[in-house]
Amino acid sequence: MSLVMPEPDEAVLGRRAAIIAALRAIVPGEGVISDPDALRPYESDALTAYRQPPMVVVLPETVAQVSAILAWCHREGVKVVPRGSGTSLSGGALPLADAVLLGLSKFNRILEIDYADRIVVAQPGVTNLAITRAVEEAGFYYAPDPSSQIACSIGGNVAENSGGVHCLKYGLTTNNVLGIELVTMEGEVLRLGGRQLDPAGLDLLGVVVGSEGLLGVVTEVTVRILPRPETARAVLLGFPSVESAGQCVADVIAEGIIPAGMELMDRAAVHAAEAFVQVGYPLDVEALLIVELDGPAAECDHLIEAVARIARANGAGTARVSRDETERLAFWAGRKAAFPAMGSLAPDYLCMDGTIPRRRLPEVLRRMQRLSDAHGLAVVNVFHAGDGNLHPLILFDTNQPGQLERAEAFGNDILRLCVEVGGVLTGEHGVGVEKRDLMPAMFAEIDLAHQQRVKCAFDPALLLNPGKVFPTLHRCAELGRMHVHRGQLPHPELPRF
Amino acid sequence: MQVLRPATPAELAEAIAEAAAEGVPLEIRGGGSKAAIGAPRRARILDMRGFAGVVDYDPAELVLTVRAGTPLADVERLIAAEGQMLAFEPWDHGPLFGAAGETATIGGVVAAGVAGPRRLTAGGARDHLLGFSAVSGRGEAFVAGGKVVKNVTGYDLAKLMAGSWGRLAALHEITLKVLPRPRVEATMALDGLEDAAAHAAMARAMGCHAEVCAAAHLPAAVHGGRALTLLRLQGFEPSVTARCAILPGLLADHGAVRLLDRAEADTLWHGVRTAAPLADAAVLWRVNVPPSGGCAVARALAPLGARWLFDWAGGLLWIACDGDPARVRAAAEEAGGHALLVRAPEPLRATIPFQHPRRPGVAALERRVRRAFDPAGVFETGRYMDEADAHRIQ
Repeated sequence: MSLVMPEPDEAVLGRRAAIIAALRAIVPGEGVISDPDALRPYESDALTAYRQPPMVVVLPETVAQVSAILAWCHREGVKVVPRGSGTSLSGGALPLADAVLLGLSKFNRILEIDYADRIVVAQPGVTNLAITRAVEEAGFYYAPDPSSQIACSIGGNVAENSGGVHCLKYGLTTNNVLGIELVTMEGEVLRLGGRQLDPAGLDLLGVVVGSEGLLGVVTEVTVRILPRPETARAVLLGFPSVESAGQCVADVIAEGIIPAGMELMDRAAVHAAEAFVQVGYPLDVEALLIVELDGPAAECDHLIEAVARIARANGAGTARVSRDETERLAFWAGRKAAFPAMGSLAPDYLCMDGTIPRRRLPEVLRRMQRLSDAHGLAVVNVFHAGDGNLHPLILFDTNQPGQLERAEAFGNDILRLCVEVGGVLTGEHGVGVEKRDLMPAMFAEIDLAHQQRVKCAFDPALLLNPGKVFPTLHRCAELGRMHVHRGQLPHPELPRF
Repeated sequence: MQVLRPATPAELAEAIAEAAAEGVPLEIRGGGSKAAIGAPRRARILDMRGFAGVVDYDPAELVLTVRAGTPLADVERLIAAEGQMLAFEPWDHGPLFGAAGETATIGGVVAAGVAGPRRLTAGGARDHLLGFSAVSGRGEAFVAGGKVVKNVTGYDLAKLMAGSWGRLAALHEITLKVLPRPRVEATMALDGLEDAAAHAAMARAMGCHAEVCAAAHLPAAVHGGRALTLLRLQGFEPSVTARCAILPGLLADHGAVRLLDRAEADTLWHGVRTAAPLADAAVLWRVNVPPSGGCAVARALAPLGARWLFDWAGGLLWIACDGDPARVRAAAEEAGGHALLVRAPEPLRATIPFQHPRRPGVAALERRVRRAFDPAGVFETGRYMDEADAHRIQ
């Protein structure tokens, strides 16, 4: 792999037996895993191109244990990589050879459900979907729905600020979390946020959400739940060009409609998905748009008509409204099959995650095609159209020498293109190790320094999840130096009173 | 008092670096609408109104980039002309402190985390700030976040900036998420409920399919002797009609539910948003608790002669109370929340921090985060009363 991780500390590796013994003193029994075979399941997350067995895995069951592990590791200068369910698509939970992998899988209980205040308090290892399952009988659900929701943990969602197909309307994790319990690398247990809407002071919760496990270990999460919409209906729209589909999306929003979901697939994605699951997608289209409306039946009926009308005005040849729940799910089945369907086209794929201003979509797709030709690798596009979040899937074969490297280079070019047109490197998958070295494409050194000083405020020894997010992790003391502009002052052009 | 009026990022950076080097505290100010919040202090003023105007606005992208010193009213007029809104309902504190007209800037409301009734369901300033350009207390210009609605690249520093009250960096350009203005708004009302019944009614309404976007309660003492509970619905006409029809049956045990006249409803919501029914109060608190804790706060403060109104389905209380501030803070804390001292005479503001003190561990972490952006404490003017190195007037 072409990824460079921090050099393992030989002194720490040499103390492995002592470190394991110390962890066993904190977490008895099977909570400490050190056998090489048993470590293998932990060697990667869902970004499987990168693998590294951890030095040791520890699976604590109590906050006190988490605190003790972190405090001990801090004192001993041992790195820690936190892990939820291991579903990160950006390598956020990729182990390090000289680090303790701290798994939160045993924190799997829902602690409280409060329907009057519409909140759920859960341990971090509870899956995203389990929260909805726990409250659905009462007519509620937890809105963020990453595609891995059956497996991904709420603690991991907090670390990655996970989204989902419905986030244009309902927001990302950060918009749906009210409070957390956080254990710092020094072992201090803090409560950030709470059950009320605003914090008393700085919004520290807001910066921990999406910090990719670099600021602390989350041991409890309080989320808001919503009444489940009464109905949901989807409409399948086929367009003769990507441009017309993109214009339709813009026109829907200009009408004041914020659909629950708006997904766009290009021709290649439509064909691959249809071949895979046969849901009746039209094959004579250049772009397929699925628009989902949810809410009261009166609203869905009203808006689905409006969306179909806008689509026809933009040249849609197909406009099929789901007649029932079965058909609605069938519309989605194709979209949800897009990733697995790639298996029929190529042995491997890389999934990119940039976001662009939607108005630049046709240009970005044209340039992506040119990049595809230049790199000699095919690309298939699925797209969260409402919020401009692209998921280009780059097809390749790991077993062909050089193809992984070419796919990585192609992916990097796509992400640079996203930034160039005013977008960002990642809309929902996180930076992790995957986009780490591209951060300078979006942020200057001084921007990254301002982010990294926040890291230093939480974890001055830089022991928590190093090697992620930041291309270069500067020592905190080095960053702390104040840049003084003295000498260039004073400035007579500044008015003074 | 010295006032600096930088108009370019370079001038802003130099003004901050110079103040840091001289050890002069610097107060970042927009329109000054909230200047009377916090402890009296002596600081050099950094007037941000030189950064005015729209940088980029494409309504179809749902994104607005604007310079931070632009008046809030100008921003709202601009996007209203495109049928859009700032969904968090920011508002101008100026009138609360006797200002005649429009004073608040967009940067000021974001920096103070100002939000109105729709905060309950649409999120606050924090949820709509997508990215920014700023100069930190180091005198260094930097950017964070992005200009698209979906972004997880790097730390979400926008969350830290929203509600930071000018203690980390001077925002000079901000990118906000904007949303379509609802075609129809309707307010359904219940009359004469006691606080506890109003809380129960609001909780039930928030948990049903009516998709209530804002819920408030005006007790009799602040509404002409007859309590009024307000439930606002918004959206497309057929949907609002259908959802309004849910409420009378759902809340039948609380009495009749009636549709308010639009003009009356607008006036009432404006009052809830700006605490207008308590405008005569010498000491005004804004208490944020879990909704179910709101009644307990009110009960605890009633013996002190307090008057209050509820927003955010009961989770926000505006409280007029000139009794012991410690009891207000204790009541808020017991209910699991905190109390912001919004308006008070100078002697009180000189002794009681306007923000609710945090627990030691969180306070220490906040201090480390502030020092990360502002190592010399140039933005520590004494307004906040929680910094040893502050420059407060004694």
